[in-house]
Amino acid sequence: MNTADLFALLPLLLIAGTAVFVMLVIAGWRRHWLSLCMTLIGLAAAFGSLWLVAPLTPCQVTPLLILDKYALFYIGLILAATFAIAILCYGYLQRHSEIREELYILLLVATLGSMVLVASSHFVSFFLGLEILSVALYALSAYLHTRSRPLEAGIKYLILAGSSSAFLLFGMALIYAQTGTMELFRLATSLAGIQNSPLVSAGLTFMVTGIGFKLGVVPFHLWTPDVYEGAPAPVTAFIATVSKGATFALLLRYFHTAVAQHLRPVLVPFAIIAVASMLIGNLLALLQTNVKRILAYSSIAHMGYLLVAFEAGGSLASEAIAFYLVAYFITIVGAFGVVTVLSNEKRDADTLEDYAGLFWRRPVLASIFTLMLFSLAGIPVTAGFLAKFYVVAAGASASIWALILILVISSVIGLFYYLRVVVTMFARVSEESAPHAEPHAIGGSYVLVALTILLLWFGVYPAPLLNVIRKVLPI
Amino acid sequence: MILLWLIVILLLGGLLAWAAGRWSRSASRWISLIALSIDFAIGLAIWTSSAGRVDLLRQQDWLRELDWNWIPTFGIHFHLALDGLSLPLLMLTFLLGIMSVLASWTEIHEAVGFFHLNLLWVLAGIAGVFLAVDLFLFYFAWELMLVPMYFLIAIWGHERRVYAATKFFLFTQVSGLLMLIAILVLYFAHHAATGIFTFEYADLLGTPLSSHAALWIMLGFFVAFAVKLPMFPLHTWLPDAHTEAPTAGSVVLAGILLKTGAYGMLRFVVPLFPAAARNFAPVAMVLAVIGILYGTILAFAQTDLKRLVAYTSVSHLGFVLLGIFAWNKLALQGVLVTMICHGVSTGGLFILVGSLQERIHTREIARMSGLWQTVPRLGGTGLFLALASMGLPGLGDFVGEFMILLGVYQKSRILTTLAAVGILASTFYALKFVQYVFHGPNNHHWKLPDLGLREAIIFTPLIVILLWLGLYPQLVFDTFNPAMETLQQHAGQTMNAMRR
Repeated sequence: MNTADLFALLPLLLIAGTAVFVMLVIAGWRRHWLSLCMTLIGLAAAFGSLWLVAPLTPCQVTPLLILDKYALFYIGLILAATFAIAILCYGYLQRHSEIREELYILLLVATLGSMVLVASSHFVSFFLGLEILSVALYALSAYLHTRSRPLEAGIKYLILAGSSSAFLLFGMALIYAQTGTMELFRLATSLAGIQNSPLVSAGLTFMVTGIGFKLGVVPFHLWTPDVYEGAPAPVTAFIATVSKGATFALLLRYFHTAVAQHLRPVLVPFAIIAVASMLIGNLLALLQTNVKRILAYSSIAHMGYLLVAFEAGGSLASEAIAFYLVAYFITIVGAFGVVTVLSNEKRDADTLEDYAGLFWRRPVLASIFTLMLFSLAGIPVTAGFLAKFYVVAAGASASIWALILILVISSVIGLFYYLRVVVTMFARVSEESAPHAEPHAIGGSYVLVALTILLLWFGVYPAPLLNVIRKVLPI
Repeated sequence: MILLWLIVILLLGGLLAWAAGRWSRSASRWISLIALSIDFAIGLAIWTSSAGRVDLLRQQDWLRELDWNWIPTFGIHFHLALDGLSLPLLMLTFLLGIMSVLASWTEIHEAVGFFHLNLLWVLAGIAGVFLAVDLFLFYFAWELMLVPMYFLIAIWGHERRVYAATKFFLFTQVSGLLMLIAILVLYFAHHAATGIFTFEYADLLGTPLSSHAALWIMLGFFVAFAVKLPMFPLHTWLPDAHTEAPTAGSVVLAGILLKTGAYGMLRFVVPLFPAAARNFAPVAMVLAVIGILYGTILAFAQTDLKRLVAYTSVSHLGFVLLGIFAWNKLALQGVLVTMICHGVSTGGLFILVGSLQERIHTREIARMSGLWQTVPRLGGTGLFLALASMGLPGLGDFVGEFMILLGVYQKSRILTTLAAVGILASTFYALKFVQYVFHGPNNHHWKLPDLGLREAIIFTPLIVILLWLGLYPQLVFDTFNPAMETLQQHAGQTMNAMRR
């Protein structure tokens, strides 16, 4: 490992350094705004350093990490999302008298874990990244430790994520036993011809289980609604976007090529997972009356849509997934951002009643939430529409008609519950029954406005983003 | 460029009206009125300036055009174009837009600014549908016009508004997604045949397709348009949506939104897939005739005045569908006239029902009667519009439906006979409308204000247009003929390309 290699790791080092620095400063001088500022500066510096690192790519740093344009793209996405989430956290925590500052350390550590994940090229770094991410998330989910819901969410997440990590590890061990390599790039070639061996099949099954859990796809989705509901709203946004997005980026990078070349049989279980996620996610969302749970089931369905593009394969599909993830990040951070802004010191604003008549009290906030929901539903002018269009296009180019039809049917089912939330916001309620004294959070509002602008920009004029994706994507 | 302005004026006008609504209700009404009038004037200017160039038009397809690169990675263009088919429909859109603003002048009291934002944006979406000649842009506008319409019904509608709005949204969304798949399949088929990725209408014409594929792709388009039209048995959203919507919403729905379905059939279904459409024509025509008779019978059976008018739309649009799939000159000319006249007469009827409801707060036919005594001018207007709707000779609807029947006669005598029975049967609902509402004794002792100045301003142009199209429809034909010939030519060319 020489200096150039070390320099290529700059974004990761900056985040790690910021985490340590924030910790040290808190030890001496505990100020909420200061922690936030340092976090934001660290995130922005890491984001800026991507342009410094870009000329060096692709750069293999030890066998563990690969920093290519693909990794940098997703690292950028993760950093941008964390930046927005950190600001949302500030407004959220201001209302709590509990210890606030440590949340940013955890957030930075989780970010570091997901960055390692998207840059990993080895079983070891894959697993390390995942664990750094998960351990930070256990603590983040249970951060508001005086409430019962977050604690429950944290413990649930700890147990289920722990067991899924065990599955993943066991799967890796089995595959290593058969192939003798832990390098992900060699996975595809070394598995060629031996995918029928029982060790490999069992290993792949266990790995898919572990990854499926992280993505929260059916049938590994059971934790999603509970954790989404229990965790503090900005943390939920982080779990929904950064944690899932990073896992999907990794899955796409290695399984996509491997599957296309040597592992066609793996497509079948993924297709089943996709169908089950789309249908079950959307159908169960219909039964919910809690906004966070609705968004949780909707995110299960969205992972299903992403898997449709994954099934399609080819360069169009990986572009579609990249675009979809960008749109999904913006939308989900925006949606949970609205929940965050409306939450008060006692509880998160997660029941439908909290949103009744919101448009007539807070028109801008309600319009933003409406746009986010429309983006999830895939209605034009929003980035979500183009994302869905992209996925359907990828599917159509690969002629996987059954999956596309199910996507269409399930997204219509999805419309039902999105519209229900929208109708609730536009319903007229009498002044007395309306929840009053809703807090205003200035920083959060700026984030929401910025996200909305991005949502509309990518929805109406996506050409610049598409150019970036085109440049980045040949893996 | 002027085409973009048509849309932008509406979008900006909507935003302005919303912003102005915070301070003054009438300000947002006036802003909407002005925005729509500007658009109407622009449309009129284009029409008069191109009227003299009818012969020149035979060489070029579009009267006005705007073509920008939009999403180059997919070959998507921001391509708007205007021809003799879209121009009359666009004029209808702006005209009925003005009428809906006027009609909701006293009806809408809550959130006036936001109401006008939605009204103008739904009109902007519809204008986009009529102007788009890039299939992606078309789909974009197609989906876009749903959202404001949904809000119009869900926020300002009547008793069961949420149910009706959701039903409307889901029906159109399902069918829209089927169309999206069809568009994408066509896009990839075109790429497979030529190596070019394009959503351009003109390029996609004549894409060689196997007859099997063409049928399925055509069905994707057809279902989307048939839901909007609405064709029996996909019409069930219509009575609910029309009845629950506020007056302006009903006018826009019946007057213009339904025409986007017919427009799609004319512009896309037949020219893109002529052979498939020809094979499918018998099915479509039979369903159209069922729709005509079914709509008429159900209209007669309604007790809710607005529902009655809503079902007449099913019947009238049945004629339009019948004419489109007959696909000859007479029938197509009839289709355009019917589309315009149905928009005007049904739009007028909905405004009339709306002003009655504003006065007596009910739509139940049983609770009306004898209204002629107290509101004679309104009664006279109602009689006129009802007669127009049932197809009285001398009024526009008659011309359109008669020409469609003439055209269809060349294809099928049985269907023509049955459709003609539909015209006859429409007398029942028209007379029921007039008799039960206006005639008879004034049992409820209604004492109501008669037609005011604002309402007179609404109804007079509508009546004049119906008379004009009934007596001298030539001007519309002159505008439409070149466009129609182009469409027929496209259909023919595509046929040839497929034979080769």
